[in-house]
Amino acid sequence: MSTLDLARWQFALTSINHFFFVPVTIGLAFLTALLQTAWYRHRQSEYLRLTRFFGTLLVINVAVGVVTGLVQEFEFGMNWSAYSRLVGDIFGAPLAMEGLIAFFLESTFLGLWIFGWDRLSRRVHLLTIWAVAFGTVASAAFIMAANSWMQHPVGYVINKATGRPQLNDIWAVLTNPVFGWGYLHVLLASLVTAAAVMLAVSAWQLRKGAHEGFGFSMRLSLVVGVPAMILAMFVGSELGVIEARYQPMKIAAAEAQWKTCQPCSFSLFQIGGGNDDKTPTQIIEIPHLLSLLATNSWNGKVIGLNPLQAQYQRRYGPGYYVPNVFIQYWSMRVMAYSAGLILLLGLWGLWLIRRKRLATSRVFLTTAVWAVILPFLMNTAGWLLTESGRQPWIVQGIALTRNGVSPSVSTTELVISLVVFGLLYTGLGVVDAVLMLRYARRELAPGPAQAEQAAAAADRDAALPSMLY
Amino acid sequence: MTLVSLWFGLIAVVWTGFFVLEGFDFGVGMLHGVIGKDEPGRRAAINTIGPLWDGNEVWLITAGAAMFAAFPGWYATMFSGLYLALVVLLAALIARGISFEYRGKRDSATWRRSWDGMLTGGSLVAPLLIGVGLGDLLHGLPINGAGEYTGTFWNLLQPYGLFTGVTLVTICVTHGATFIALKTTGQVRDRGLRVARRSAPVTGLLVLGFVIWTHAIAGKGVAPNPVEIVAVLAVFAAAWLAHEHREGWAFAATTIAMAASIASIFTELYPRVMVSSTSPAFDLTIHNTASGSYSLKVMTIVVAIFLPVVLAYTAWTYYVFRRRLSDADFRPQLAETGAADPAGISPTAGGA
Repeated sequence: MSTLDLARWQFALTSINHFFFVPVTIGLAFLTALLQTAWYRHRQSEYLRLTRFFGTLLVINVAVGVVTGLVQEFEFGMNWSAYSRLVGDIFGAPLAMEGLIAFFLESTFLGLWIFGWDRLSRRVHLLTIWAVAFGTVASAAFIMAANSWMQHPVGYVINKATGRPQLNDIWAVLTNPVFGWGYLHVLLASLVTAAAVMLAVSAWQLRKGAHEGFGFSMRLSLVVGVPAMILAMFVGSELGVIEARYQPMKIAAAEAQWKTCQPCSFSLFQIGGGNDDKTPTQIIEIPHLLSLLATNSWNGKVIGLNPLQAQYQRRYGPGYYVPNVFIQYWSMRVMAYSAGLILLLGLWGLWLIRRKRLATSRVFLTTAVWAVILPFLMNTAGWLLTESGRQPWIVQGIALTRNGVSPSVSTTELVISLVVFGLLYTGLGVVDAVLMLRYARRELAPGPAQAEQAAAAADRDAALPSMLY
Repeated sequence: MTLVSLWFGLIAVVWTGFFVLEGFDFGVGMLHGVIGKDEPGRRAAINTIGPLWDGNEVWLITAGAAMFAAFPGWYATMFSGLYLALVVLLAALIARGISFEYRGKRDSATWRRSWDGMLTGGSLVAPLLIGVGLGDLLHGLPINGAGEYTGTFWNLLQPYGLFTGVTLVTICVTHGATFIALKTTGQVRDRGLRVARRSAPVTGLLVLGFVIWTHAIAGKGVAPNPVEIVAVLAVFAAAWLAHEHREGWAFAATTIAMAASIASIFTELYPRVMVSSTSPAFDLTIHNTASGSYSLKVMTIVVAIFLPVVLAYTAWTYYVFRRRLSDADFRPQLAETGAADPAGISPTAGGA
């Protein structure tokens, strides 16, 4: 394997891993803030217990999200130094802004929230969790602005002396249509992910007959999660149209569409396919659906990979510009089908709420627990679709991935780092999973406000500090 | 002052801020087993930095991102050149970062001991490696005309860099000890002062050697650099103040010592950012690695608005958590006074 392949594997594995924790953090910070607001307004002790219960899960997640995020930031320079040298002028700015504007806010106020229960007034303490939630959302904005620039570079000129792109319009970078829609898409997917986690934990608790407070968190997760899922689908479809405009290869590859079509159908699945098999057997084709997804019109035209390849060669010179079609085709479907299943589950839950049978339907509770895997599949597939679909470019139309890799890093060094990160992330994953499961299965512990009544009855588990180190 | 010089200064400030703040976190991490003799003592020590360390670590993230944005050529060469060292640094920071969060999440002595080991080790390795890296910038590394690193891992480990790393570790230890003394009462405070008293003179000698070596290696003439004199004086002042049990002033002194030591590296480095040991013609400087002026202007505006905000809420956090902790706060048998708090949220329910 070449250093390029190793560097790509490492970046893919570390960023996919990082994004297991990111959406949970973004969504759960918001949901925890909602729970605490409910407690602030209604002063019901079960809201406080739920806040602290899900807040603990949030804190466990943030710890891993922060340290894996540090790896991401360092990796640009470590593995992609040629890329960093080339585009740091533009790409570095949003990362620096993320640190200064978002990350300080998130980390500092999380510390205040965890340790500030008895140091801050109720109102100020509530504000700290909202500051955390705002920090996570702002953080995602800068990262998405940077990523969107790689998908559709805007607001720059090429410096004639150095041959490097230079920022000349920050406003254009921040109003990049890929950024606007992509960012919204990520935020909604994060809400869905955290809602699914909250739903699964609440369902598990209710199934074993735990505190009925979990009925509230379950309803909250459905009320937030279902609209978020529906919106995420609409925003995602709009994002598809925009990407089809700027990155036509990405969308054509997602349907393994080698020839130009009009109108275009969407196949439910296919047998065979890939860059070497241009005639896969496509099963159950839904007419007009690809036209709709890619162009927003019933009879829209989608240019095939073959004519696009010819077009790109004329424009950029000899080379192979088709992304991995197998990954594109299947990541599109895994994303869409997971989203569909999540939506069905959510609608089922809402229907049960209406029938007042939410807490007693054992089939639903069991399904909801296992369905927690779906949003993670959906997110990973979504990122594969977007990032693998950008290939062979590291910045669409400006630089190829193979020219972005660090020239000074040897294969041996890459193998060592892959092994170290592999072991480290596996360890992290195991510890995080163990703790999440452990805390997700705990009973609702009384909060400090109910301390007096509960002191005598405090069992051993509750006597353990859940927030302090 | 030109924009590129301003940004070199800002990056030096961010690195200094990182070492001043995270420096005592590293110190507490290294010392928590020594100063906290039993579990309540260890918890008291760790909880002095509990609400603070995560925000402090963001200074490192910001330092990296600011280098990326303002001096992409510097960031690219340094981070790819120091490749394996950074892999180990990241491993140390990961182990350390999650050990805070996870050590108390299970009631088992083995579980806690494992995380304590990672906390101590990670807190030692991180400043050591960053110190080696910063020393390398000034000492010089094999860098060719294209600005690419041409050495191997072993080129990173030259004597000056290693000495810088060791010196920074000892400053962190003394800084952490004065911080613990300032933030605790009772025997934890006494032990913090004792460690500070013993480590400060050793640190002072190392800092003395470090500033002489730094000044010599930079080759900027005989006249001493004022910040280097300040660094040495501040460490010895800390030793005397710790001896006098004036931990507040001792902590102020170690803060100055840390800031002045980091500042010496950057003042001697300027206007270079990475010295090339291959040829002075290949030195990376603020001019041949910087971003365009538009990009720097945009970021200057962002910094002018948000840095004061960050400093304000960081200061407020330190104010909120100003109260001293004690190992007694974490002793279960004193639960009568802490009984109002079965969830253990308030460590000082009976104190203060």
